[in-house]
Amino acid sequence: MLFQPAIIALLLAAGLAVLMLLLATPFALQVIRRWDIGSGSEYQLILERRTYLFSTLVSFVLVVQLGALLLFVFNADRLSAMFVGAMCAVGTLNVNEWGFPALIAQMLVFFLAAAWLAINHVDTQARDYPLVRIKYGLLIVLLPFLAASFWLQFRYFSGLKANVITSCCGSMFSTEAESIAGDLSALPPLPAIWLFYSTMAVTTLLALWHWRRRGVISGGLLAVLSAAGFIVAMTGVLSFVSLYIYEHPHHHCPFCILKPEYDYRGYALYLPLFAATAAGLGAGAIQPFARVASLREVIPRVSARLAALTAAGFLLFTAIATWFVLASNLILIEH
Amino acid sequence: MNPWLEKQRHLIDFTLASLARRKTRNIGLLVAYTLLVFVLASLTLFSNALRSEAKYVLAGSPEVILQRMVAGRHDLIPPGYLEQIGRIRGVQKKEGRLWGYYYDPVLNANYTFMARPASEVADGMIMVGEALARERGLAKNNTISFRSYSGKLFTFEVAAVLSPDSELLSADLVLLSEDDFRRFFEYPEGHYTDIALSVANPQEVRNVAAKLTAALPDSRPILREEVQRTYQSVFDWREGILLTVLAGAILAFAILAWEKAAGLSAEEKREIGILKAIGWETGDVIRMKIWEGLLISLTAFLGGFLAAYVHVFHFGAAVFEPVLKGWSVLYPKFALVPAVDGLQVATLFFFTVFPYTAAILVPIWRAAITDPDAVMR
Repeated sequence: MLFQPAIIALLLAAGLAVLMLLLATPFALQVIRRWDIGSGSEYQLILERRTYLFSTLVSFVLVVQLGALLLFVFNADRLSAMFVGAMCAVGTLNVNEWGFPALIAQMLVFFLAAAWLAINHVDTQARDYPLVRIKYGLLIVLLPFLAASFWLQFRYFSGLKANVITSCCGSMFSTEAESIAGDLSALPPLPAIWLFYSTMAVTTLLALWHWRRRGVISGGLLAVLSAAGFIVAMTGVLSFVSLYIYEHPHHHCPFCILKPEYDYRGYALYLPLFAATAAGLGAGAIQPFARVASLREVIPRVSARLAALTAAGFLLFTAIATWFVLASNLILIEH
Repeated sequence: MNPWLEKQRHLIDFTLASLARRKTRNIGLLVAYTLLVFVLASLTLFSNALRSEAKYVLAGSPEVILQRMVAGRHDLIPPGYLEQIGRIRGVQKKEGRLWGYYYDPVLNANYTFMARPASEVADGMIMVGEALARERGLAKNNTISFRSYSGKLFTFEVAAVLSPDSELLSADLVLLSEDDFRRFFEYPEGHYTDIALSVANPQEVRNVAAKLTAALPDSRPILREEVQRTYQSVFDWREGILLTVLAGAILAFAILAWEKAAGLSAEEKREIGILKAIGWETGDVIRMKIWEGLLISLTAFLGGFLAAYVHVFHFGAAVFEPVLKGWSVLYPKFALVPAVDGLQVATLFFFTVFPYTAAILVPIWRAAITDPDAVMR
């Protein structure tokens, strides 16, 4: 295992998150079994007071997880210098079989955490905490994901040994590779561009629609489209945006754009994209509770704000990607 | 203004005023916090600067160095070996190098002797590194004698002292002509210490190394990237070790933060009681306290980081130098190039703000749930 500050930090964050959720689980069970907002008993009072503590703790843990994703990718990119044949994060993540599962688990935790935080936010806005049971039930559902993420990260980092020959991004994201990443990269640029811009336009328009109209159905649809938009956006990055950034017709890597050689342009792309997707998913996650009496006012307001964030994020992402394409010297499609 | 922003602004306003009311208490915490950030930031900045220095220095070294091995030990390159390599596609230049170590009893230090072509150093002349010149009191046109390993005395004239800019590489270096080198060490004719190859395309380096080992099975190619990686590992590892040692300090600080946050004075308790009595909710009190923690964290982080920057890049990191830098008799003097790395800052932020926040959460909650009547009575 590599004894590296950022690795220690990541493992510490993931471990503490699991520990804190484990500590919160007995309380969550108590809340699910005994919560009764109408009761004035001392037990209910204690429960109510403790929800403040656990909501704050869990929010803290999940906010840390949002940051940990960034640190994870940043660190993977930086570690590539340590491995033979690794030139960017792909090589580092390929050092053993746990790298990519760990990244995907971290991304999953990121989006689940965002959805939970949205539900929590809505719940604290209402007078009678209508979602307390659901919230704590979801917390118990969240625990295995966090535990899995921690376990994968631990396996990954403890299996890291410098000097292992890994496959470089050139072989994984090349168009001949038979994998999902390869299939996505193999998409010819013109259809990819059409798919990219139409999906971005539809998602943004729907987000704007939901921002104005605040309907339940459009909210649910927004979550679905945000998730789809995320996948299409990543496909777009793989199939043409990265080519324009590298000014090279065959380099499809989504990680090399994070490097200083390319002015860290990847962060400018991914930050709005992840924020937009998380906001869109959050807006969808709160829709099932729109009919709860005390939330009738709150949910449309919050989901409109999240929708505005989604629209802004996707718009910014598309604008930045377009700018990279236009500013590039590469000619991929001849007129 | 957006009502949410407005609310946060007033909360910050209130928090700052309330912090100012308890100056001495908060300054104590702030000083401890800043000190912790200072120590950790000095550590990361310094090891990062060393890493980039090593990278910078190695950028000019040959891509591949070929050594001959006999019974697993480094041996001389025999005559005809260079020709045996033949032409390898991608290799721009290959040359036999002559270098060795010389122990000088005057300084109790080892020098590195290296032969240069006659066009650079004439026979009977030497060029010496800055640190060596300083220690032996040498200047241009001085003469100096070395007793060779065979017992003979050789006298050289100093043609030049190497530029201090290259001191990291040349501190203990003595450059002399090839003929002088062979005479001084009684080096067998036609033999070399090792072979340096320059390869233009970095992606070809491993192929070249593979061809070399195939052509000359008794040789060992050392790649520049391997050396770079090793340096990086070493500095990472040293940094990690120090960090683990300092984990005790982080823990102690977390306990201090917990204590400070838990030990609310009667006055503070009354303040929270009054706030709740006039309509603040538990959530508001928690938010106010979180702002308080954030303000303290950010101030301490900024202050500690700036102090560390000055400490490392203006005062040479006097506190950590012995552990991280290593030691030698002829140690080069070098100024660190200021370099701040995003990952380092993020990690550092995590190592300081995360434990602090985690430590104050429970005390904050304890304070926030106080009943107004219990404290105002």
